[in-house]
Amino acid sequence: MMERYELRLSGSGGQGLILAGKILAEAVAIYEGRNAVQTQSYGPEARGGASKAEVVISDGDIDYPKAMSLDVLLSLTQESCAKYSGDLKPGGILIVDSEMVTDPPRGEYRLYAAPITEIATTRVGKVVVTNIVALGFLARITEIVSVGAMKKAILARVPKGTEEVNMKAFDEGWNAAEELLRA
Amino acid sequence: MMQGNQACAEGAVAAGCRFFAGYPITPSSEIAEYLSIMLPRIGGRFIQMEDEIAAMGATIGASLTGVKAMTATSGPGFSLKQENIGYASMAEVPCVVVNVMRGGPSTGTPTLPAQMDVQQARWGSHGDRGVIALTAKSAQETFQQTIRAFNLAERYMTPVILLLDEITGHTTEKVVIPERSTLEIVDRAAPDEPPGEYLPYRLTDDCIPRLAPFGTGYRYNVTGLVHNETGFPTNDSRDIACLIERLTKKIEMHEDDIVQWNEVMLDDAEVGIFAYGSVARSANAAVRLCREAGLRAGLLEPTVLWPFPTKAVLEMARRVKVIVVPELNLGQMAREVSLAAQCSVPVRRLGRVDGNPITPQQIVDLVGEVL
Repeated sequence: MMERYELRLSGSGGQGLILAGKILAEAVAIYEGRNAVQTQSYGPEARGGASKAEVVISDGDIDYPKAMSLDVLLSLTQESCAKYSGDLKPGGILIVDSEMVTDPPRGEYRLYAAPITEIATTRVGKVVVTNIVALGFLARITEIVSVGAMKKAILARVPKGTEEVNMKAFDEGWNAAEELLRA
Repeated sequence: MMQGNQACAEGAVAAGCRFFAGYPITPSSEIAEYLSIMLPRIGGRFIQMEDEIAAMGATIGASLTGVKAMTATSGPGFSLKQENIGYASMAEVPCVVVNVMRGGPSTGTPTLPAQMDVQQARWGSHGDRGVIALTAKSAQETFQQTIRAFNLAERYMTPVILLLDEITGHTTEKVVIPERSTLEIVDRAAPDEPPGEYLPYRLTDDCIPRLAPFGTGYRYNVTGLVHNETGFPTNDSRDIACLIERLTKKIEMHEDDIVQWNEVMLDDAEVGIFAYGSVARSANAAVRLCREAGLRAGLLEPTVLWPFPTKAVLEMARRVKVIVVPELNLGQMAREVSLAAQCSVPVRRLGRVDGNPITPQQIVDLVGEVL
């Protein structure tokens, strides 16, 4: 019985992290039949600024929908990492884009770094799928949700015609985490 | 899975809404976005108007033809709509106005949650009139409360305000949409008399007029001026008093049908928490945490803010030692709670206006402090 598992996906406005949060929540709540609630916080600008999506997962009811003590923080920019890492619980998981977050905060957490944006640009060929690469990486590191549920949730949300590139993005993120865990 | 704003759009369509006029404004824009897709598919109409004021006007006009109509906005737009909301109250035109609250005054904080418009919903438009305003704390409740907003509007021939906030509007979670046949849907009553004998604002026992949809053969005048039973303006003192008293009385006399609330562990509570909207979620968590820590806290969670749940608050005040009111403003409802409690217990407010939600721990800390 999982009482409360909290994730925060953070970066810069326009990186698709709110969509990533919705996909993760749907994977858990619809395709695995558990409970999940997703919330978001962003600035008034359409691009830039620190942006975050939060997902709370539980096997029971979720009253307070926002994260209080993070099990997982994903940060794709230095600004968002600095701004949001204070809520990470001791022993929690910090996932960062190794090219963007050059100075991760010190603390009692497990750090996993990979060039997530770079993987989207070079290995997948499209920077717009950075959010899906991040989901693949996060899914492998946290093991909070099954691959099958994640892929179904991604396919249900992405625009028609982009299924293949998004599946590749997820796999590349997953593989990068796999390599890191084996190293 | 859907966010509260989408649940609002789904609830509107389920209630029979077939017209939406609006002007995009964060954090309500998704309501317009979803309805712009949904309404044309089912023979409805969606219009993006030139501004907030016109959107309210179009909503009133559509409703006069018998169509269930809605608009959605946030604080700055709610301010602009007030004149026309008063017009809808005066002319007794049913419609639903959703306000997904953000921080104010003025353009304030477009993307951040607040509950600063709860008194504006009651007193924002000039003149004496009864007001119905509902609230919701989750996507599921938003779906249900949107349907209820339409039902109350049609039943009492009045604009109904649905006060959501940024957290409720933008929280994505599971929503169970019941079969249409299981939903209670209310449609406005038709006139009892033929067109030749029709008085649109005839005084009835329930104080509710029977306004015929325009285009059905009934001819009458609609105005924001004080009018008599015919709908034409009057300066007759008896007519003036009759109308203005009726606009308040038609809501007051049906309070027991309108006002609703939930109670959580209030039976043996020493501290009563009064919380609404997204803050009610924090308060539910806080009650759980308090009980785990041996603190006897309970929760009164109104789902209707206006008419104010005076009886429920007074009843709670007689049972508890102190009342705590957490809200995303600086005491707008705490003031109302104090009035309803008639000074029988202290009322402690917990206002937060920095754009962040009130956390369960903040409420727990205050409960610990007052006990």
